Amino acid sequence: MRAYTPKDNVQKKPYYTDRYWVAPQVAKHDVSSDDVFAHDLDAIKAKFEVLDAYIQVDQMVVIINAHDNFAVIEMLKNEREYNQLSEMSAIDWLATEGKFEIFYQMLSMSKRKRLRIKCKIDEKESLQSVEKLFRSADWSEREMYDMFGVIVNNHPFMKRILMPDDWEGFPLRKTYPLQGDEFAAWYEVDKIFGKEAREIIGPENRDPARIDRYDTERFSRLGHEVPRGTDITNGEPDTPLVYQEPEGVFLIEKFDAEQSVVISDRHR
Amino acid sequence: MQQSNRLRPFFENITFDRVDNEMILNFGPQHPSAHGQLRLMLHMQQEQITKAHPDIGYLHRGMEKMAENMIYNEFMPTTDRMDYIASSSNNYGFALAVERLIGLEVPRRAKVIRMMLLETNRLMSHLFWLATTALDIGAMTVFLFAFREREYLMDLIEDYCGARLTHSAVRIGGVPLDLPDNFIGDLRKFLDKLPENIKDYEDLLDTNRIWLMRMENVGVISKEMALSWGCSGVMLRASGVEWDIRKEEPYELYDEVEFNVPVSDKGDNYARYKLYMAEMKESAKILYQVLDMYSETEPALMAHAPQYISAPKLDIMTQNYSLMQHFVLVTQGMRPPVGEVYIPTESPKGELGYYINSQGGAYPYRLKLRAPSFWHTGILTDLLPGHYIPDVVSIIGTTNIVFGEVDR
Repeated sequence: MRAYTPKDNVQKKPYYTDRYWVAPQVAKHDVSSDDVFAHDLDAIKAKFEVLDAYIQVDQMVVIINAHDNFAVIEMLKNEREYNQLSEMSAIDWLATEGKFEIFYQMLSMSKRKRLRIKCKIDEKESLQSVEKLFRSADWSEREMYDMFGVIVNNHPFMKRILMPDDWEGFPLRKTYPLQGDEFAAWYEVDKIFGKEAREIIGPENRDPARIDRYDTERFSRLGHEVPRGTDITNGEPDTPLVYQEPEGVFLIEKFDAEQSVVISDRHR
Repeated sequence: MQQSNRLRPFFENITFDRVDNEMILNFGPQHPSAHGQLRLMLHMQQEQITKAHPDIGYLHRGMEKMAENMIYNEFMPTTDRMDYIASSSNNYGFALAVERLIGLEVPRRAKVIRMMLLETNRLMSHLFWLATTALDIGAMTVFLFAFREREYLMDLIEDYCGARLTHSAVRIGGVPLDLPDNFIGDLRKFLDKLPENIKDYEDLLDTNRIWLMRMENVGVISKEMALSWGCSGVMLRASGVEWDIRKEEPYELYDEVEFNVPVSDKGDNYARYKLYMAEMKESAKILYQVLDMYSETEPALMAHAPQYISAPKLDIMTQNYSLMQHFVLVTQGMRPPVGEVYIPTESPKGELGYYINSQGGAYPYRLKLRAPSFWHTGILTDLLPGHYIPDVVSIIGTTNIVFGEVDR
């Protein structure tokens, strides 16, 4: 029987894991240990529901409800001096909890603090755009849609940004294989030569490490050489060793394989 | 009436009958001054741009996806391919993020060498920027001058790590090699000559009439716009925001060296050009200080953390346990603790951030690369309308975007 491979996460797995090994945790500190963050958190808590908040590696992480995202970021921008949205994207937790986690990485230049707002949404759920607050979210949200398929509402131009417009599938999902799926293998063939050329060209090789044992065009078979391009799918033809071109080479005496002595015994 | 400092087209005897003369111009993706694979769809009213759509993704290699399928050390050479003009900065950003995640302290000599690499890379990047932008504007001489100096630095880096462009010269936990004997002397020789070289460029450009026409009051980014678009680095500082991560959130030895952060409130191309020149001088200043620090450091190059970092080569070859650790770390990879981290560093282009979400496995669960050029390309949407075709070239030039980083 073939070994079971989970379909919900096809990313590379380590070949060995110690089953008694417990992963350590990066320390989470209480928000009250930092005055600036504590005030910010109080301001958020006054108006919105905060599911969790802690400080990890000098940055505060605040977990909120997804429907509050616009209001919280608006408040942080206008009242708490967080004047830049340096980064935002999603994390795929579909395999374990069926949700996407969205994070907004914010920076306050006046306070020299960075905080991360996080929220979770279901796979089919959509999110409110924060593009009205930070123009940088325009491209980040497009990238998030492109990579994860998270739909963002009220976005001015919700379109793929890195992948082609007619691409199918969302590359950064855990269900998407590293080498691309079936669609990816045919995409360029269909685009450039048309679907009717599929038979002739075949799917694109998207695995740079792939070895085809029947391919005599690109792989030499040491000790079993055949002329380049020979079809060996039904066994390989007998290929007599030819040491010289049949007509001989200019100025070089013709080599006769029949006349020559092959030394098979090294002690002779 | 034609303005003196604008290259506004001036038609004397051509009249345009149609009211709507909109034309859509495809700029790139193979345009030589698009600095890589940038396609701009420009809606034009005659020579003036009314709408701009940057179209990116021509160099998309899915690095974030690759990172999820690689052990941490394996990903290091891939970071080279982001901003390939200053690849040690990318290596360093990633190494720092992983080190903060596992809580490593790097030996002082490694820090000094990293500082040298970072600042040499900044110089290389700025020289490259100056060369290509000047070439786009038509200043061929500056291109040749700046490339000559950059070549010297590339040779220097080659002496250190053997590679000219894709260095991979930083490891998680330190640096792989000590400096070669000639490095400090050669670098000092270069730095001694640098003010002269910078003076050459400035003599050629600063008051050059063509340069001023193409640069002054072109591509003005307001402070609000720069902040809103997530600009960083020179793009932000040219718009009047004094924010340098090296100064504000110091990492490595930046809190021990003295340097200034040049700022301008003009926000135009010329301001950015001036800042790049000023930053080169500041980098030289930092390098002088770091060169002096080197001799006072202990010879250790890699942090001692057997769970995450391989032992020195001598130990691996002589001690059984070190060899076993090394074997496990190479074949299975280190397993950082569960947690997440976002670490920004000031790369030559701006804020280069690595967000790593680790679930305690050998592969990062999610790695987000925050490349500054991504937003510096996005801002073209708002920046280009109102400008003219020749301005596009100079604006793309001064945004200093590199497409390995935009598309990742």
